[in-house]
Amino acid sequence: MKDSLIALSKDALFSLRDLAPIVLVIFVFQALVIREPVHDIGSIALGGLLVVFGLAFFIFGLRIALFPIGEEIAYALARKGSAFWLFSFAFVLGFGTTIAEPALLAVAEEAAEVAVEAGVIEDNEEALENYALGLRLVVAFSVGVALLLGVFRILTNWSLPLMIVGGYVLVVIVTTLAPPEIVGIAYDSGGVTTSTVTVPLVTALGVGLASSLKGRNPMTDGFGLIAFASLTPILFVLIYGIARHWI
Amino acid sequence: MLAFVWDSAEDVAPVVIFLFAFQLLVLRQRIPNLGPVLVGFVFVTVGLGLFLVGLEESLFPLGRLMATQLTDPEFLENTTGHIGNTLIWKDFYWVYLFAAAIGFATTLAEPALMAVSIKANSVSGGAIGIWGLRVAVAIGVGVGVGLGCFRIIVGLPLHYFIAAGYLVVIVQTAMAPKLIVPLAYDSGGVTTSTVTVPLITALGLGLAEAVPGRSPLLDGFGLVAFASLFPIISVLAYGQFAVLRGKT
Repeated sequence: MKDSLIALSKDALFSLRDLAPIVLVIFVFQALVIREPVHDIGSIALGGLLVVFGLAFFIFGLRIALFPIGEEIAYALARKGSAFWLFSFAFVLGFGTTIAEPALLAVAEEAAEVAVEAGVIEDNEEALENYALGLRLVVAFSVGVALLLGVFRILTNWSLPLMIVGGYVLVVIVTTLAPPEIVGIAYDSGGVTTSTVTVPLVTALGVGLASSLKGRNPMTDGFGLIAFASLTPILFVLIYGIARHWI
Repeated sequence: MLAFVWDSAEDVAPVVIFLFAFQLLVLRQRIPNLGPVLVGFVFVTVGLGLFLVGLEESLFPLGRLMATQLTDPEFLENTTGHIGNTLIWKDFYWVYLFAAAIGFATTLAEPALMAVSIKANSVSGGAIGIWGLRVAVAIGVGVGVGLGCFRIIVGLPLHYFIAAGYLVVIVQTAMAPKLIVPLAYDSGGVTTSTVTVPLITALGLGLAEAVPGRSPLLDGFGLVAFASLFPIISVLAYGQFAVLRGKT
């Protein structure tokens, strides 16, 4: 119990450290450049506290629940050596962790509201939720595919730069076909997916796999999964935009 | 508040079900430490709910507020002397500075980046410095977010910048030391933390709303993409620099 409390307050301290530079920069700009009183400073401060504690709880929970199970399954499957289950687990891991990613939740809701204002979708609760959920499902699916590809690459030892560069060439081609209103959201969703939840589990999978295979280096092969997870969401959200546009 | 927690329970449930199904049905093993695991998932759910409420109340409004204040006609007139149509892209220099400062500061404090830097330092036998790498990534993110704001203000298409950026990455990849390549590619994704993403998204959308002739949907997104691309360039450049320095 006491250890848990210490761990929890450590997580709160880490979240505070995430927030501190933002507060500092905004404070400097408000005090020296803008020099105007800020309205609702109370509710903003309260919201900041909620962010810190929410994130701390979230990460603390991940550490005692999700990470041990995820890592154990990743290692067990890597030892088992069944390619089919390894691929399925990689896909499910990518999909599951991305659907619950806080940053993606936030950005999907923003994107839905912007789409309403621009008249791309109808202005009601249902259309709004459908748009945000659709976006999240597409991104989650694409991260699942990314991990599948990444595991495939570790198993076959294909060249990472070649695959990544090929992927981005594809992105540029698809961009020219996509409706302009989806392009910004698509490009952003690449960076959004890879934060709190996904990175530690994905790294565990990659490093676990690379260290249980002969002739693979955990440093060069274990990393690189995240690069795939930043690429495929762009491609799939663009395709999603094209599909929505034509259907 | 309760509604938010309920929503986040719906988001967390699929992950829990998937993991349990794998453990029980595929690996045919019992869940180790079932008690703590369940407590952990309760923390995940409540934490996610609180975090999202906090975002709505603080980071989103703050990002938009900064965008509106820094592009306020009165503020721009005071700092540049230009008004209305005579404003050119250079007049928004406080926006670029603010964006770059946010990008630089949040990245420098990012714990994930510290861990990666320490690992990279030991693997490279000291050729890649801990602080060197961290500053390289932070400069990359700062330049990226600043340039992203420039793009929103002038309204150029996002994919021109991204395509040009990746062209630079391809050329650099061919020239950079092999060891740094996967590290550089990953550092693009790792740097944008859960706290930073909502803030710079709100900043971009606020800018697109505040600058005349820009639409949030067409121009407002893209800052996160810039923040993910430029660290790759700066880390590759750092690797090339480290090699050059080693030779002389």
